[in-house]
Amino acid sequence: MTLATPVRTAGSLLFNPGLKRNRTDKLFTSIAALFSLIAVLPLFLVLIYVLIQGGQLISVSLFTQLPPAPGLEGGGIANAIIGTFVVTLVASLIAIPVGVGGGVYLAEYASSGWFAQFIRVGNDILAGVPSIICGVFVYSAVVATRLFFGQSYSALAGGIALAVLMLPTVIKTTDEALKLVPQELSWGAIGVGASKFVTITRITLPSAFTPIATGVVLAIARAAGETAPLIFTALFSPFWPEGLFNPIASMSVLIFNFAIMPYEAQNSLAWAASFVLVILILGANLLARWIRRFASS
Amino acid sequence: MTSTLNQPSTSATLPSCLSLENVTISYGSFEAVRDVYMDIPRNRVTAFIGPSGCGKSTVLRALNRMNDLIEGCSLRGRVVFDGQDMYAREVDPVEVRRRIGMVFQKPNPFPKSIYENIAFGARINGYKGDMDELVERSLRKAAIWDETKDKLKESGNALSGGQQQRLCIARAIAVEPEVILMDEPCSALDPISTLKIEEMMHELKKSFTIVIVTHNMQQAVRVSDYTAFFNAEAVDGGSGKVGYLVEFNDTERIFNAPVQQATQDYVTGRFG
Amino acid sequence: MVIRSESDQDQFTLRRRPWAERSIDRGFKRLTIVLASLVAVVLLGIFLTVFSGAREAMATFGLSFLVTSGWDPVNSQYGAFTAIYGTLVSSLLALFIAVPLGVGTAIFITENLIPRSWREVIGVMVELLAAIPSVVLGLWAIFVMEPLIRPFLNLLHQSLGWFPLFSTTPKGPGMAPAVLILVVMILPIITAISRDALNQVPQELRQGAYGVGSTRWIAIFNVILPAALSSIIGGVMLALGRAMGETMAVTMIIGNSMNFSWSLLAPGNTISAMLANQFGEADGIQVSALLYAALILMLLTFAVNIMAQWIVRKFSLSYN
Repeated sequence: MTLATPVRTAGSLLFNPGLKRNRTDKLFTSIAALFSLIAVLPLFLVLIYVLIQGGQLISVSLFTQLPPAPGLEGGGIANAIIGTFVVTLVASLIAIPVGVGGGVYLAEYASSGWFAQFIRVGNDILAGVPSIICGVFVYSAVVATRLFFGQSYSALAGGIALAVLMLPTVIKTTDEALKLVPQELSWGAIGVGASKFVTITRITLPSAFTPIATGVVLAIARAAGETAPLIFTALFSPFWPEGLFNPIASMSVLIFNFAIMPYEAQNSLAWAASFVLVILILGANLLARWIRRFASS
Repeated sequence: MTSTLNQPSTSATLPSCLSLENVTISYGSFEAVRDVYMDIPRNRVTAFIGPSGCGKSTVLRALNRMNDLIEGCSLRGRVVFDGQDMYAREVDPVEVRRRIGMVFQKPNPFPKSIYENIAFGARINGYKGDMDELVERSLRKAAIWDETKDKLKESGNALSGGQQQRLCIARAIAVEPEVILMDEPCSALDPISTLKIEEMMHELKKSFTIVIVTHNMQQAVRVSDYTAFFNAEAVDGGSGKVGYLVEFNDTERIFNAPVQQATQDYVTGRFG
Repeated sequence: MVIRSESDQDQFTLRRRPWAERSIDRGFKRLTIVLASLVAVVLLGIFLTVFSGAREAMATFGLSFLVTSGWDPVNSQYGAFTAIYGTLVSSLLALFIAVPLGVGTAIFITENLIPRSWREVIGVMVELLAAIPSVVLGLWAIFVMEPLIRPFLNLLHQSLGWFPLFSTTPKGPGMAPAVLILVVMILPIITAISRDALNQVPQELRQGAYGVGSTRWIAIFNVILPAALSSIIGGVMLALGRAMGETMAVTMIIGNSMNFSWSLLAPGNTISAMLANQFGEADGIQVSALLYAALILMLLTFAVNIMAQWIVRKFSLSYN
């Protein structure tokens, strides 16, 4: 056989579905399609059940009343809704300034020094720490030591635990967003005599606003749904919130507590809280998407 | 002066290998190249030359349905190979590409060993013979055997750019296609590698029909038997440019006595 | 720590900068250093808290804590084998199911098999699945998924009951539903990372593969997947770390039993589920035993995450 005479005498170019390679191709394409179907199926099943089971309980009282005592009917999840907002707000107030500040340091002051690399690696490790261990840490550091005015479980402790969880995301987002800002922009500012502080706060950070905002919104959405760090920091409360230094209810802990109770009223409230929580979180995700699209157009 | 535009350009004495019949290629609604008629002769080297954006690479990629990989790319007209329109609905593009190979502008060895880079294509084409022998023969044909014979197990990415491109040519040869398409194969290479590849092409045309796109007119003169000159013109009222085939003839005629003024201007460097 | 020296900034300055401006500048930099350092402080704090709390149990139970399965608060005898086994088995099994599904989905939405708009819709849906809170998935698992799959698990028990893994009657919560809910939780991570990895495979490589006459799946299996493999494995390891640390959904559906059983249909436990259930009410050496288990969990996830980064760095191919 030589190269000069092709082995395949002029054959048909036509598609032959019976060929082994074409049958294999079709088989694998069908498998991939099936896998994709299986992958998106849980989303539909979960959403449908949350919407049906939770949606039918939506009423004014859900948003205005306290949960009922075990064995009683009716009631609402008003305290848990407020609690989720309070705890998430506390977490954001801690994690956003710390995270953005840390990210500014990594991207603008020390992008390649050993200390920055050390912080980056540490940040990746912190992102991988299981959320329940964040809860254990804050319990040991804040709750067990009664750090805040002798109070043990508190909304503040819950907020701190969620902040520990949010921090790595905010730092990483800020670091990466700032590195995408063209250097010429900050050179321009420095070139006219602006200080580094002015350059960062007036030029660099605003130009990286969109990716940072997107990342922060996603981090908040994730924190709002977290339960593990809250169960022994913020704990739970069947009453209205009593300030930052007392235990506070949250929707996620309410779902956990009420799901495993043998009472139907509580189970239903767990579904209702899931409904509210899922709507809020999917809304935040769509908001983040919208910010991204809005900025890119 | 008779215009060659919109008329089949033939090299009457030679059997044609690929025929383009009124081919128009578009990306979405934007026409990249329009109304190409051309008969590419068998066992010869045909060069496509022309300014950037004239659609010569687009036409080349159309010759083995590589444009299928680009979303929104569509073709009107017929490309006849072996008596069949390769764009007919029931044609298998994989079948087309097994008989019409391609070498790309940027060397793209697979992330595998040098040996496997060659053997991969042969194996999927159902090669049953002695694989070691085929690898050696292909590497020899592509003038890269001496440089690689002691490191066949090493990654193809470890070679230099010029060596990678010759490896890619060896890879294309190994599946024994009837036609090899080369899309500016030397544009990323140094002069010495370029020279090696050009020398190799003189060898290869004994076995294969070669179609090469090149930016470099000296290269077209050195390697090709036939040359097609493409140009681009502004679309009426449109924003973009559309490419078309100006002239197709013996390389000697194109460079020494072209029929069209535009060709004359381009080959003498008076273009634009 | 000074990367740009003062003189670099000064050379653009034609006048003496006021004292206030310079001190704001310096103060801001110091502030960001302090904030960045908080990451190290928190990380160290977490490790020290867990480690110091675990020391008592480490001294009392030693390494036999890892391989014994008694968990007896009355007699203060603790062994975490059931939970360690449950953590490893549930996450590895979940990975085993989720990897083909996730990578298959990623291929489906990157390799031009369906129109672009469809691909984007599937991509968005998988991302939204990742956004659903763990506790909501747990609720769904208790009330919807578990009753739904119980007939199948029963069938499995009836036909393969002689096999130790299916040797008990499914009665509700257990290892098998926990594995399935973990699959749902890590599927989006694997899909997203595989999709990014496949998108980064240079288009030239695809052209090369198709250019020698590959069919679509020959190209995918022989050229595209191998080129993306290191990133995909890195993503799989990250997913493994996430699965091992995942708490809420697993706690709600795994049954929280400290009695060891080979059967996947029986209730089991994981370290994180055990922490969620017991840590709030524990005292004395039980706290220390829980922290010992937490330390093991931390080291496991730490090792997996480090390995993920190492794999990506070591095996990532250069495409010039």
